[in-house]
Amino acid sequence: MKEGTERKLIIDGKRLDGRGFEELRPIKIEIGVLKRADGSCYLEVGDNKVIAAVYGPREMHPRHAQDAKMAVIKYRYNMAPFSVDDRKRPGPDRRSVEISKVSREAFDPVIMKEYYPKMAIEVYVEMLQSDAGTRTAGINAASVALADAGIPMTDLVSSIAVGKIDGEVVLDLTGVEDNNGEADMPIAMIARTNTITALQMDGHLTKEEFKRGLKLAMGACHQIYELQRAALIERYSKSEGREEKKRD
Amino acid sequence: MYKVVVPGDFISEEAERAGEGTYVEDGKVYAMSYGIVEEREEIKVVALSGKYMPAKGDVVIGRIAEISFPFWIVDIASPYEARLHVSEFAEGRDKIEFGSMSRYLDVDDFIVAKVMDVNVLMRIELALKEEFKMSGVGRLVEIPHTKVPRVIGRSGSMIKTLKEKCNCFIFIAKNGRIWIKGSEADMNLASEVILKIVNEAHTSGLTDRVTNFLDSFRRDKEKGEEK
Repeated sequence: MKEGTERKLIIDGKRLDGRGFEELRPIKIEIGVLKRADGSCYLEVGDNKVIAAVYGPREMHPRHAQDAKMAVIKYRYNMAPFSVDDRKRPGPDRRSVEISKVSREAFDPVIMKEYYPKMAIEVYVEMLQSDAGTRTAGINAASVALADAGIPMTDLVSSIAVGKIDGEVVLDLTGVEDNNGEADMPIAMIARTNTITALQMDGHLTKEEFKRGLKLAMGACHQIYELQRAALIERYSKSEGREEKKRD
Repeated sequence: MYKVVVPGDFISEEAERAGEGTYVEDGKVYAMSYGIVEEREEIKVVALSGKYMPAKGDVVIGRIAEISFPFWIVDIASPYEARLHVSEFAEGRDKIEFGSMSRYLDVDDFIVAKVMDVNVLMRIELALKEEFKMSGVGRLVEIPHTKVPRVIGRSGSMIKTLKEKCNCFIFIAKNGRIWIKGSEADMNLASEVILKIVNEAHTSGLTDRVTNFLDSFRRDKEKGEEK
């Protein structure tokens, strides 16, 4: 955005939605929302609404794409036609194919594929409503859904974007900020080991801004990891509570 | 009290005790799946979900899916299919010829079999158990294999209760298929209780509750008969 055009994104040190620079949008996680999937997760980040479903391990089709030594991960990122203001033409496009590939590779280091030779582990991530940062929301949801499906993994993957608006490095851009900002950088990482499994950048950041953004994002990934973990653990203790009540 | 872990959770420093469902990194034990920690001689993580993976020695209930001489291809409720060789049938019989396999076991027949071998390519060999053919008698209930230990109960307490109170023959296979034989009413009761156990698998005092449920059911029934 050139100076002096359109609107300001930062007013009195606050962002348009009232957040500080290093503040995440509220996150809500629900597990096991789809009965017929092996694992599933519904996740909200601000106005983003994402549903992730995991199927498998199951037979890999087409068969020529099977790997005799390990499972193949399939990852489909898809935006519902109604997920954005102007109707999106349904079906895969250049953007969603790219995001699917990047997201799949974000899970490559954690999924223990060698436990399931010849099989496929299928991850479907559907954006029901989107407001920037859908790929990171999708990765967060997929990570929880994979755990729910009982897929062996070394760790959970957490993901968030940082960006630059009005010359400031800020966390977790909204749609307005993304469209009018100077840069957007989604990252995915393993919180326990601080290993980055995916990083993209759109726009320009100086070296210092990049470093600062990365630090910010890594801190946020730890927060998200705690939310993912808490949701998984809570699901289990909650089911006990519900049964206890029913008995009385 | 059980402890729930998610993939990547630190469990222990004792790498030499690391068992199923865990992995070792830098001499420390971490969880590999979403499950419950079980500490005995080995430290294990028992997964809460996931597909059945056959292991040598497991007794499973399989469905004949296909006949492909000299094997029966068997669906064992796992992502991988198992194979049963014709020689398993040879004992005391004439040699089974090509094309006549379906006379012994046909597609959609259910069998009780033991997993003889699982190789690195997940080729699974089965052997028949003594009373192998389920011959369409009774009923088959399918539950997630992760819930099988709960239906059996600690040292078989749950299954013992079930068999006694439901007056049924019940056989639970490792892959989550359960074979029930008994009168129609008894089988209805047994399958209902099994589903109840599966739905409430993670609650404490389940065996007592199931016992109470079955007792009260019997009482109600007797009352009904008196009237």
